[in-house]
Amino acid sequence: MSTRTDVSRLLRRATFGPRAADVDAAERVGLAATLTALLDPPGVDPGAARTPVPVLPPGAEKKDKDAVRQTVAWWLDRMAAAEHSATEKLVLFWHGHWATSVKKVGPALMLRQHATLRAHARGDFRDLARAMVTDPALLYWLDGQQNTRKAPNENLARELMELFTLGVGHYTEDDVQAGARALTGWKIDRNSGDVSLNPNQHDTSPVTILGRTRAFTAESYVDLLVDQPACGQHLAERVGKFYGATPSPGTDIRALLASAWTHLADDHVKSPVDWLVGACRQLGVRPGALKGNPLAALGQVPFAPPNVGGWPTGAAWLTTSAAQARLQVAAQLAEAADLATLDGLPPGQRPDALARTLVVDAWSDRTRAALAEVAGNPRRLVTTALASPEYVTS
Amino acid sequence: MDTVTRRRFLLGSGVVAAGAIAAGGAALSLPELLSTATPTWRGGRTLVVVTLYGGNDGLNTLVPYADDAYHAARPDLAYQPDQVLALDGELGLNPALKGFRKLWDARRLAVVRGVGYPRPNRSHFSSMDIWQTGSPETPVRTGWLGRWLDVTGGAPVDAISLDPVLPPMLAGAGVAGGSVPLKGLKSPKGLPVAALARPAPGESPLRARAAASYADLLSVNALVTKVQGTEPEDPDAIRAQLDLVARCVEANIPTRVYSVSHDGFDTHAVERGPAERLLGELDTAVTAFLDRMARTPAGEGVVVLVYSEFGRRVKGNASEGTDHGTAGVAFVAGAPVKGGFYGRQPSLTELDGGDLRVTTDFRDVYASLLEGVLDTDPGRVLSGWTGRVPLL
Repeated sequence: MSTRTDVSRLLRRATFGPRAADVDAAERVGLAATLTALLDPPGVDPGAARTPVPVLPPGAEKKDKDAVRQTVAWWLDRMAAAEHSATEKLVLFWHGHWATSVKKVGPALMLRQHATLRAHARGDFRDLARAMVTDPALLYWLDGQQNTRKAPNENLARELMELFTLGVGHYTEDDVQAGARALTGWKIDRNSGDVSLNPNQHDTSPVTILGRTRAFTAESYVDLLVDQPACGQHLAERVGKFYGATPSPGTDIRALLASAWTHLADDHVKSPVDWLVGACRQLGVRPGALKGNPLAALGQVPFAPPNVGGWPTGAAWLTTSAAQARLQVAAQLAEAADLATLDGLPPGQRPDALARTLVVDAWSDRTRAALAEVAGNPRRLVTTALASPEYVTS
Repeated sequence: MDTVTRRRFLLGSGVVAAGAIAAGGAALSLPELLSTATPTWRGGRTLVVVTLYGGNDGLNTLVPYADDAYHAARPDLAYQPDQVLALDGELGLNPALKGFRKLWDARRLAVVRGVGYPRPNRSHFSSMDIWQTGSPETPVRTGWLGRWLDVTGGAPVDAISLDPVLPPMLAGAGVAGGSVPLKGLKSPKGLPVAALARPAPGESPLRARAAASYADLLSVNALVTKVQGTEPEDPDAIRAQLDLVARCVEANIPTRVYSVSHDGFDTHAVERGPAERLLGELDTAVTAFLDRMARTPAGEGVVVLVYSEFGRRVKGNASEGTDHGTAGVAFVAGAPVKGGFYGRQPSLTELDGGDLRVTTDFRDVYASLLEGVLDTDPGRVLSGWTGRVPLL
């Protein structure tokens, strides 16, 4: 495989929609330097600076529809504008991992959680997990503020082990009940959104979790979980599914990413956000300029995962209804794009020019035949290319 | 977590025949399905499985309204005796289940109490896998109705899912049930969709699947307008799914098993209102379906099973909700059904770690349905299982 196909695949997986110029630059510096720059992005991101986090009223609630819309639109615009695109994609991964929804939590706390995910995105998973277990949005989402010494609510403790750290089969029902007691007593201040421990509602009696008996705190409980080998395995599995890769287990996030990005599988399906934001970057479209809510039709709205399990990956995105929505959104994207360059080319040259713009390594004969049918109409050509199996996968 | 989609269970579980599901199962178009219609009814019975995803609270579905322990355990959540639809002096139905109450009066509703399995698992994923595989002791990669297809030499058309993706219960080792999506095509004009739908030699499995999804889309489109008239407003709704089942049965489609689902039971706080709404939707849909079935010869043999992956804790939590529990209630309804109670009602005071003790193994129910509805020796599907519930 040539360097160009290697770097283009790496950029497609690690970032949103690399542009032809990004691939050109990466090809010049080589695969190793490209990987280093993805792991440690140099300097400040001017694209991120141009798309500052919106300032919402502190108590903005879920019923404030404008604030919700503004929040979702902001992140999509940020994803499209960012130069450090790998960072934005990584934050989306963590959001899907600690899947919390604005539909219950409200936009103010969601943005606060977003900042926490961003701050710990590339560090030690232990720090991220410690911060998340008392994150106000996650607490509220999983009824953690209602988990008290007298009336434990197991929801957070169960999902913490099943989905966030260990995975099914690595803990027992007794561990769930004991874990819930370790997490008792955390309260969210309605006005400030700040979280604090109410000692009267915290269960300080010793409990046994995963064979260890002591008076656990939220932090020591999380530490115990992160120390389990199952945690590193679970993270590697989640990272692997997201990026289409087979990384070695571990809880050092940077090392996990380095391993994933050097062990990429041949075949991967773009998530709807990856597909849409990528197309926006390559075609110069601002996501906020698209009418309606295209990602709702595609089944992946940032800040609104379907449930605490996050979004599916892989073939799950290739359903009949997704195919239908994709054709519609592809037409919207083609409508919004500036296609002057494509217009200026003879129809016969357009498919290859479009392959370069969309960083598709090669069209199959099947897709080439489909594109030939509409090569005279640049908008239909772009719509078809965006919907093609080559572009839907990476 | 207050919204749970079926997809979470179907794709998150990964226990069952993931390969078949990833490959789209055998996606059947509605025209393909309807082309199997015969001029006369095949005779025999038909099973309709209704899965309630999220863990329906059995104690607020079949309410032990006369039991002081019930009121003591969940003061914020309990229904008062004058609120329930009493079935006897001890138990009553949730007030939203008015149609079920009529089925009960007509002796067409079997209420199976304390249903579950040994060593209950409280994870949605795992418990749903257990119910759908019908194998609590050992994880297996086939669903119970998928194995029914295997042992009877059935074809995808014999067991149909109205979900967009195939539920694990229909995945067999050699054959899987068909899934018929209810959504049609409204796509931009002038696009070469048929050309994109062709396979390309040597392409990767996921790319091939992406191309196949366009082929599926075209075949679904061809029929939705033709057969269904208009696309249902909410194709995922239990009502829309059962409408299509009714249409298939009325058209003498040979399918013997239909799988439909009703989603959203995963609540943990302030549960009563949402649960009543969901149960009301179930009640309306199932009752209207059975009424319609009673008007056609093919429909007389229809038997509906309603179940969920687990019930809830006896004691409410502090959030006017309940946490994941164990034994629940299952309903079996239809003209062939002998109405009444089956299985013992679990005690509210003799608990197992705060949870109800299971009194009826769900495999007893499956076995009775395999035998009485699908004319199949249950032992061949359920590893020699001998228990039965005499509800047919």
